[in-house]
Amino acid sequence: MSDEYENNKSGYQAQSSEAITGSSGSASPDIDYVRPAELPEQDLYHGHTFITKWIFCQDAKVIGVQYFLTAVFTGVVGLILSWLMRLQLGFPGLAGFITAEHYYQFVTMHGMIMVVYFLTALFLGGFGNYLIPLMVGARDMVFPYVNMLSFWMFFVAVAILMASFFVPGGPTGAGWTLYPPQTILEGTPGSGMGILLMLVSLALFVIGFTMGGLNYMITVLQARTRGMTLMRMPLTVWGIFTATVLAMLAFPALLVSAIMMTLDKVIGTSFFMPTILKAGEVLEYGGGSPILFQHLFWFFGHPEVYIVALPAFGIVSDLISVHARKNIFGYRMMVWAIVGIGALSFFVWAHHMYVSGMNPWFGFFFATTTLIIAVPTAMKVYNWILTLWRGNIRINTVMLWCLGFIVTFVNGGITGIFLGNVSVDVPLSDTYFVVAHFHMVMGIAPVMVIMGAIYHWFPLITGRLLNETLGKWHFWATFLGAYSIYFPMHYLGFIGVPRRYYEMYDSPYMTSAVGMNEFISLAAFLVGAAQFILIFNIIKTLKTGKPAPKNPWKANSLEWHTSTQPPEHGNFGERLPVVHRWPYDFSVPGSKDDFIPQTTPPSEVVHTKVEKT
Amino acid sequence: MHAGIIFFLVILGSILFHIFTPWYWTDIASNWKGMDDTITLTFWVGGGVFVAVCLFMIYCVFKFSYKEGRKVEYKPEDKKLEKILTVATTLGVAALLAPGLIIWNQYVNVPKNSIEIDVMAWQWGWQYRLPGEDGKLGTTKVVNINDDNPFGINMDDPFGRDDVMVQSDIINLENNRPVKILLRSVDVLHNWYVPQFRAKMDAVPGVVTYYWFEPNKVGEYEVLCAEYCGVGHYAMRGGVEVQDPTSYQEWLGEQETFSDLLAKQNNEIETKKVAKNNSNIEKVIYKGEK
Repeated sequence: MSDEYENNKSGYQAQSSEAITGSSGSASPDIDYVRPAELPEQDLYHGHTFITKWIFCQDAKVIGVQYFLTAVFTGVVGLILSWLMRLQLGFPGLAGFITAEHYYQFVTMHGMIMVVYFLTALFLGGFGNYLIPLMVGARDMVFPYVNMLSFWMFFVAVAILMASFFVPGGPTGAGWTLYPPQTILEGTPGSGMGILLMLVSLALFVIGFTMGGLNYMITVLQARTRGMTLMRMPLTVWGIFTATVLAMLAFPALLVSAIMMTLDKVIGTSFFMPTILKAGEVLEYGGGSPILFQHLFWFFGHPEVYIVALPAFGIVSDLISVHARKNIFGYRMMVWAIVGIGALSFFVWAHHMYVSGMNPWFGFFFATTTLIIAVPTAMKVYNWILTLWRGNIRINTVMLWCLGFIVTFVNGGITGIFLGNVSVDVPLSDTYFVVAHFHMVMGIAPVMVIMGAIYHWFPLITGRLLNETLGKWHFWATFLGAYSIYFPMHYLGFIGVPRRYYEMYDSPYMTSAVGMNEFISLAAFLVGAAQFILIFNIIKTLKTGKPAPKNPWKANSLEWHTSTQPPEHGNFGERLPVVHRWPYDFSVPGSKDDFIPQTTPPSEVVHTKVEKT
Repeated sequence: MHAGIIFFLVILGSILFHIFTPWYWTDIASNWKGMDDTITLTFWVGGGVFVAVCLFMIYCVFKFSYKEGRKVEYKPEDKKLEKILTVATTLGVAALLAPGLIIWNQYVNVPKNSIEIDVMAWQWGWQYRLPGEDGKLGTTKVVNINDDNPFGINMDDPFGRDDVMVQSDIINLENNRPVKILLRSVDVLHNWYVPQFRAKMDAVPGVVTYYWFEPNKVGEYEVLCAEYCGVGHYAMRGGVEVQDPTSYQEWLGEQETFSDLLAKQNNEIETKKVAKNNSNIEKVIYKGEK
């Protein structure tokens, strides 16, 4: 096997000697000094066969694409489920096959798929794998084999999840929060095989995710190239890194609650099950606490929101900076805001439980912590728009998605202040206001970033530029459609329309909601259909698209400065890049170009007024 | 350019929608106007921030869209500006949090003169119990529940004997008298919610939860279950009738107490209302399927 490993020892020695002598030909070698590498370079396994290259592949970039495609597949399933739900809500009874059981199964699977299997997997598994090694200047993740296992574990988790659609009784219809006792009792659809497969799938997801997460964390901490200090990392890496740390701490809570619930279901323990009377009979449970599950679930569930949001924050910061041709405003503040939000996110979970029946005195504490989070979050928003101020903004498809993100994220963030403020939450909780809020803030807003990221990094990944005209149509249909779904939906919550209702019947004050429900459903069909523009655009571009020039956006970060585009296995060819500055040196006064890549040594740009390096 | 105009129209449209919307609060019928007021305040402050941020963004789009050779500001940080923004945001957030916490303090502290009502929930229905002349509810246990004792009252608890039992999903309340809702579930989570009263709380099997409100408008209201409780969740409705004191007392006098029920059972063994209710609802719900 040894011949399949590339010997990189010589590369390591070459770099060390360069550091000692300084880069040759420079006028003042001192200012270009970068500490030598502390560790030898990692040996990579290069696949030779189709299977080792494309299926059981250890290249983080291929794993990233595998994660991406699998997550997008689940996302399409989630989208179709949302169409079916909107069909029932907008036009009750039109599709006769949607019974109440089916409706609740659609609701549950849509929620779980979108939050866990789509967004989390896409941001961390997809973008994390592809971008972390490239952006920190590593040849690959530090544990490529474990990284490969991570994806296949996720793949099996998805397969099991999808299998639950085909078992007797169908998938679970317990709501994505899986609140016991109803989750495992008859009366909830899929309380037999459906819920078991869901719990097994979640457990596998967590195990697979832990393998990937260790990779992301340790690669960021240990495998950064020379000169890549933590405070020179792109915010994308900061966002994904912090989200991974959150995930490592939060997912265990989900894992144990899944295991405990499985035991309750299969062998009749009573972790979450009190004495229950059902159909006139007392069940053989007793002494358990349904609220304990909610604490465990939300101890995972709230950080989960930020596991999705932080990578989005990071990515959008980079996209805005590159396309506004201006440094991100307040970089250090942005980093500390990401870290601070991440830390605070572990102290706010019970704001999902103000009316859960927990001791109501908790409300004071959790309302306060929740509203404190609004401060660093607001700072991030200010810094995004201040980055636009006096920039040179390319209004291209990527920037449009970023602007769409700002609008939807601020909108959803503000409604979060309603819901976090304990007594305001009382009338609004469990209504459509909540549905509108979380879709706006952690559905639409992160999806805006994902789309922007796709248009931004597509040339890097495939070597071709996506069509701009189609991209703009895609953006406007998605943004305007999604906004007209969720903005009016808040007002349903004011009326008092409760969520998770299969049918409203004719409550007098709710009849006015009928027209709005029809409108929202039509908009939802449109937004879903608009996504096919992207799929068409991708297929068309892969076949006949314009080849992308090297570094088409004139960005500074390392992923655009690889030896080839798309980057090959090992990322950087012969020699790893050496980093001399942060990735946001755009439009520096005195500079010839409006960007200075991270690899440019100070001696080459001595006449510029670089403030931060 | 077009982009800026469309974004501007979106923001303008949002404001106009908010002003002219026919969809807004269902008229309040309880003391919790403070909740509505805090929401209105949050709307002003939050909505203002939303509009300001978006307009600033749109201005930038108009003013600084790409031009070859445009002079771009290079200023990585501005400590002073960042400090001002942090302090202003903190103050704004604190101003919103304070009224929220004050009202929450009222919400968790129940007035002394309130009447306690035991709301018992199951898949999928409601029934209610009021204290009798002793003003106290008897203690209960899930395992005691059967056809003869539909609320599971402990037989050895003297307070339980005179409890008024309302074996119906509709409960009457006295206008302008605070009510402490004691929630109890025998199976899964439920939530007794009347949009007009604003207040809500989950019913959790195994514990008794509570909240309070003071109805202040005579009329009939619909009760909704606001915590997902299985396939019949959407059909789990009930009713409230808020009455003036005289009609309320009249209604109260007509209700059966636990001792009445026990006496009746000694004569005839019948009253299988709970079980019947239960199976009726299940039939309705599963009808679509079969």
